[in-house]
Amino acid sequence: MTDNPTNTAEGVDAPRRDFLLISTTTLGVAGVAMAAWPFIHSINPAKDVLALASTEVDLSAIEEGMAITVLWRGKPVFIRHRTAEEIKAAEDVDVADLRDPQSDADRVQKPQWLVAIGVCTHLGCIPAGQAIGDVKGEYDGWYCPCHGSHYDTSGRIRKGPAPFNLPIPPYTFTEESMIVIG
Amino acid sequence: MKRTQSSNRLVQWIDDRLPIFTYADHNVIAYPTPKNLNYWWNYGSLAGIILVIMLVTGIFLAMNYQPHADVAFASVERIVRDVNYGWLLRYLHTNGASMFFIVVYIHMFRGMYYGSYKAPRELLWMIGVTIYLIMMATAFMGYVLPWGQMSFWGATVITNLFSAFPWVGDYIVTWIWGGFSVDVPTINRFFVWHYLLPMVLVMVVVIHLWALHVHKSNNPLGIDIKTPQDMMPFHPFYTIKDLFGLGLFMIFFMYFVFFNPNFFGEPENYIPANPMVTPPHIVPEWYFLPFYAILRAVESKLGGVLLMFAGVLILYVLPWLDTSKVRSATYRPIYKQMFWIFFLNCIFLGYIGFHAPTDLLLGMEMLYWGQIATAYYFAHFLILMPLLGKFEKTKPLPNSIFEEVSKKCRAKED
Repeated sequence: MTDNPTNTAEGVDAPRRDFLLISTTTLGVAGVAMAAWPFIHSINPAKDVLALASTEVDLSAIEEGMAITVLWRGKPVFIRHRTAEEIKAAEDVDVADLRDPQSDADRVQKPQWLVAIGVCTHLGCIPAGQAIGDVKGEYDGWYCPCHGSHYDTSGRIRKGPAPFNLPIPPYTFTEESMIVIG
Repeated sequence: MKRTQSSNRLVQWIDDRLPIFTYADHNVIAYPTPKNLNYWWNYGSLAGIILVIMLVTGIFLAMNYQPHADVAFASVERIVRDVNYGWLLRYLHTNGASMFFIVVYIHMFRGMYYGSYKAPRELLWMIGVTIYLIMMATAFMGYVLPWGQMSFWGATVITNLFSAFPWVGDYIVTWIWGGFSVDVPTINRFFVWHYLLPMVLVMVVVIHLWALHVHKSNNPLGIDIKTPQDMMPFHPFYTIKDLFGLGLFMIFFMYFVFFNPNFFGEPENYIPANPMVTPPHIVPEWYFLPFYAILRAVESKLGGVLLMFAGVLILYVLPWLDTSKVRSATYRPIYKQMFWIFFLNCIFLGYIGFHAPTDLLLGMEMLYWGQIATAYYFAHFLILMPLLGKFEKTKPLPNSIFEEVSKKCRAKED
């Protein structure tokens, strides 16, 4: 293939070639990145999934001392109508003693209502303690049967392997006893 | 074997253990290619790129598609309406199917015009026909998945083709369906095949390229590569030429995706499948129309089905039906005309396939036009091709690619 003048080094304008190579490569990489985005984004939550991302709950039917579990974003949310003793027990704890220090006031909007995501922060099981007769653990909150984590009446981790308190989902009171989670 | 020229020590280390760099150099970079390839040679690489686009869009569509008769239609609508960029993925995929066939048909006609199927490339051609068959099966099953009226009735009609076979026909159809009509098991298995066959396709494409790289590309002159002077390295010459062609083709492709996404589709397919009502006018996708015309040309169920399959399978024996030693139509004055008549006849068969058999053209029913065009289709292969090779007076072939290319260059300079 000796007769191809382009195959010889003579007469090659090297800076021009470098410019062409770098600019072509840059444009190519940018193009591929832009083309890749629709594919990457297509497996993010779709609009119908996002549309179901908030849940409205009517609290008026929950008696004091009772709890209900609602589904929010595919996960259970614990809503407990706490008794005066439960509130007192949660508030009397010395925050400094906690593994994941957080005061009860930081975890509730109205003291009688605790709203927490019911997924154990250890490995994702659902702790027991919602139904009457459930084992509620040593702190009268929730007890995770998988690996034995104990949560108190504020949903804070007190004993066992879980590292964090039960997370509090974003929620707002739209009426006296009506909340929207998410 | 010449080793990679890279001086990078990591490259050398890897190449010494797994010679991927040497392999790439031999097959893509320094790969010797005839100097005189024209733009009709772009369509092979274009087909490969569209295959990749189809695979990637298909994989991401499958992440949101649900192959169940009850929800398939709704899941496709959800992809278009709710999934992020789902409309783009779907329209790339559906229009991509049409683009794939356009490109592959051009690729096949190019092979026929320049005699690329002749010795020593018969197997290369036959593997290509196999690719085409797998494409047709994949496209058909993909069209069923949105579960609209055309999906459902297309599936019903095409699977019923197998009922034409004596004695076993009905059992075969029941077996394909997994029931007594196109239903839940059918769409489920069609989805599996639609996902699996492209993977098979990729493997067959690799074999196609393997066979290609043994004797290298044919060329517009249809003469053998004789000296290194006849060739150029693939990179950068043909990588750039292929990329340029790709750019033009993508403009064509994206016009449909963004501005006319349902151009190739049937509005009927936006009506959910209804096993109780057949649409008044069933047509297959455009790329099947010529064969659909052949199917309907014979007033015999089995005859039509056999003829239609024969229409595709005859391509396998084309290398032996064509008795001419000269490859390129450039040097075959009569074949060149026969080729274009054959090409127009294929288009005409498609036109006939699109119309109802009772539609009139120049006062004659499509049915009879279909019979004439079908007869010509087979006559081209079975009568014209063997006879032309014996009686055609071909033009003298040039001595070498290099000589011909140099002559052209000089002519340009003058």
